Amino acid sequence: MNKPIDHSQLMARDDGLKPGEKLLDIHNVSLSFGGVKAITDISFDILKGEIRAIIGPNGAGKTSMLNVINGFYRPQVGTIIFRGKERVRMKPHEAVGQGIARTFQNVALFKGMSTLDNIMTGRSVMMKRNIGWQMLWHGPALAEEIEHRQKVEEIIDFLEIQHIRRTPVGKLPYGLQKRVELGRALAMEPSLLLLDEPMAGMNLEEKEDMSRFIIDVNRQRGTTIALIEHDMGVVMDLSDRVVVLDYGRKIADGTPDEVKSSKDVIDAYLGVAHN
Amino acid sequence: MVATANAADGTLDTFPKYLLLNAERYASRPAMRHKDFGIWQSWTWAEQLDQVRSFALGLQALGLEHGNRIAVIGSNRPRLYWTIAAAQSLGAIPVPVYADAVADELAHVLEHAEVRFAIVQDQEQVDKVQGFVDRLKGLELIIYDEPRGLDDYDHTNLRSFEDVQQMGIDAMAGDQGLVRSWTDRIRAAKGSDLSVMLYTSGTTGRSKGVMLTAQGSVNAARDTVEFDRLTVDDSVLAYLPLAWVGDHYLNYAQSYLSGFCMNCPESAETVQEDLRDIAPTFYFAPPRVFEGLLTRVTIRMEDAGRLKKRMFDHYIGVARKYGEAILEGRPVPLSGRISYALGKFFVYGPLKNVLGFSNIRVAYTAGEAIGADLFSFFRSLGINLKQLYGQTEAFLYVTVQKDGAVRADTVGPAAPNTEIRIADNGEVQFKSPGMFAGYFKADEATKDTLTEDGFVKTGDAGFFEKDGQLRIIDRAKDVGKLKTGALFAPKYIENILKFFPNIKEAVAFGDGKGFVTAFINIDLQAVGNWAERKNIAYASYQELAGHPDVYKIISGHVDETNKRLAAEPMMAGAQINRFLVLHKELDADDGELTRTQKVRRAFVAERYAPLIEALYDGSMEKFVETEVTYEDGRKGRIKANVKIADAKTIPVAAPAIREAAE
Repeated sequence: MNKPIDHSQLMARDDGLKPGEKLLDIHNVSLSFGGVKAITDISFDILKGEIRAIIGPNGAGKTSMLNVINGFYRPQVGTIIFRGKERVRMKPHEAVGQGIARTFQNVALFKGMSTLDNIMTGRSVMMKRNIGWQMLWHGPALAEEIEHRQKVEEIIDFLEIQHIRRTPVGKLPYGLQKRVELGRALAMEPSLLLLDEPMAGMNLEEKEDMSRFIIDVNRQRGTTIALIEHDMGVVMDLSDRVVVLDYGRKIADGTPDEVKSSKDVIDAYLGVAHN
Repeated sequence: MVATANAADGTLDTFPKYLLLNAERYASRPAMRHKDFGIWQSWTWAEQLDQVRSFALGLQALGLEHGNRIAVIGSNRPRLYWTIAAAQSLGAIPVPVYADAVADELAHVLEHAEVRFAIVQDQEQVDKVQGFVDRLKGLELIIYDEPRGLDDYDHTNLRSFEDVQQMGIDAMAGDQGLVRSWTDRIRAAKGSDLSVMLYTSGTTGRSKGVMLTAQGSVNAARDTVEFDRLTVDDSVLAYLPLAWVGDHYLNYAQSYLSGFCMNCPESAETVQEDLRDIAPTFYFAPPRVFEGLLTRVTIRMEDAGRLKKRMFDHYIGVARKYGEAILEGRPVPLSGRISYALGKFFVYGPLKNVLGFSNIRVAYTAGEAIGADLFSFFRSLGINLKQLYGQTEAFLYVTVQKDGAVRADTVGPAAPNTEIRIADNGEVQFKSPGMFAGYFKADEATKDTLTEDGFVKTGDAGFFEKDGQLRIIDRAKDVGKLKTGALFAPKYIENILKFFPNIKEAVAFGDGKGFVTAFINIDLQAVGNWAERKNIAYASYQELAGHPDVYKIISGHVDETNKRLAAEPMMAGAQINRFLVLHKELDADDGELTRTQKVRRAFVAERYAPLIEALYDGSMEKFVETEVTYEDGRKGRIKANVKIADAKTIPVAAPAIREAAE
């Protein structure tokens, strides 16, 4: 007979920072591909516990910025300080080890695998037993798997996707796939979660759901979030601070209200006549 | 044994007394399971007693007293069931409320019942109750089960379930005699005390609080536990709405009486999967659930490979031929038995396994008429599906079918110790052990419902068949006449329509009119699947409902319905002349259906008066604008041009023509 689970055991990972301390600090970063300048001399920071939005018109360099943060692109100029340490050379999978997880603009899940298995893959970086043990699937490897499964079930409960636990992800509607992707990112217990257009292509109801989950992730699990989003209404409602990019440059940085009233931002979005 | 000694005293007349007894006799047997974090968590009867006791003592510390009322709002979760028992142990009266009720309905019940505490499932319910808290003067405290999202809330009038349990545990630690006095109070409780108050779903007007006594409830449940030979080895999946008499009776009451385990599903969406995990032995579902299952099976088989499909069709044919006879122990030729055994191996067994019906010993359906084909489909698979007829006022059972004497068009003879008679106006009246003690704060309504000699008027028209089984035709007040003098029983017509998988709901009109017309709701799952196969694109329910090809199918169904009506001498005069496919689904949130999904006829007629007018004035199209209410109380509007179609009628049979000629 199974004993009831003690809910208080299930807590998010602690990274030793207090809310409001600098989690990520970016100084004068520039990135170019050959002659094309994607990002030019950008500086901003992300504080522990906040929701930080990066917005801008198409081609402003938002996704490049995200790729810089998680180490996929290495900028030619500038420094990046994450959790107080300057980052020198880092590969994307090391980013995960450091506590950065992300979702993608287009859903990047394993379509043939179930929701449960997809989220389990998020835990694979944390599995300590070697491949030999895992193939045997006994003793310590099994104990470890049970431990990870418990965390994954907690995420499934959190995102309210119990009913699709065993459904192959490819069969799910888009909105749910996005939620599974969020689940996989959460499984890595990140201290910084990067969301690349989490609401692209969603209908109103799906957007509302996703917004609520993003807020819950932030408030209840204490996860710091950086998100790119096109839907201005969503961005202004969700985020604590917004940084605005245009043509690879930072044109504004501040609270949603400050950003909304900035002339540069209005010009960038509405266009402006150059006489 | 202590247990039998207690029983012999005749003192087992409340559910908390059974809780004490079961914690002794079935101490290590499971009483409750709940799927959480993907795993079935269990509590034994002894543990269940601990849970109930600590919560009850917490409530007592908060000042809950004998005769107070508390609301229980949420889905089927162990803690909410414990709340019910905890309240009963203190002599307080639990009032379960439909969790999906819109704020106004919820406010009405909480206000009317004058509840002191509300025990709710989660943030959603807390928000709802706090939304109208000004209206509730008596409400002192909200207690919630799931803390998620509630951290930042002002906790002056808000507490977690765990907190209250901790208060109980602290009180027990502080006072050695507390447990003893709690137990003594349970043992001393009277059977005449109220056990629970259930609000009717309100088919007609505002819902009323049905007061049920402990003794009556226990007696009624004891009768049916014996009738169906339920034991501690049985199990159920508790997935019916907590506030509905069916859940309180079939799951809660019967579990306490027999000691069987209640299993709470993980969430409303996972019921099907959880059913498969548990494979209960006792099962109840309204006809529409069985309908939905059959539709799903049919759709899946249409998508299956040729071999599978042929095998399925063949063995379902065999089951239709021999299945029910084998179930009822009637003689069947050896070849038939062999075919059926093969079918069981290849088709019925796996199918029942997928549906979670592998272990079912007794299953019931009630609430609406069930189609004969649908009914015998499940019975032919070897599922002992029976019908019952019941009411909240009876604490469920009025009639129930015996094993082996089961038919689709009747609801069975009187339940154990129940007396039934048919009044002169055709209304069914009954007296039963679980009969209610009256409506709360509505003596007038109570008087109207009871006859002078103490029978309860059901409001349903029916008659007894020759074999002693009751047959229900319609609500007594809904049965009317057309201008031609032909009998018009709307539900009878609607039921024939609803037996078509493509039709989810229908409302017939015609009382006092020249001919019969109908509103039809399509079944989005069935018609949607059809549309997909036909490559018909649609963006919304409204668009699909108005599609010309959809009208064509529905038209075929209406013609078929008329054929069936024509075959019944009593009903032949009431064939459908005109119909329309409604542009929105009838919805309980808009007040068009009750929470138990029954059509509120008068309300629908009033709301769509222009459409009814159009059905009778010969127009072929009508523009309407309809207000819709969302669950949180927001309102929106939908507009549509609803098309109206004519149906083929079968010339009325001889007697009516003769009448016309005279």
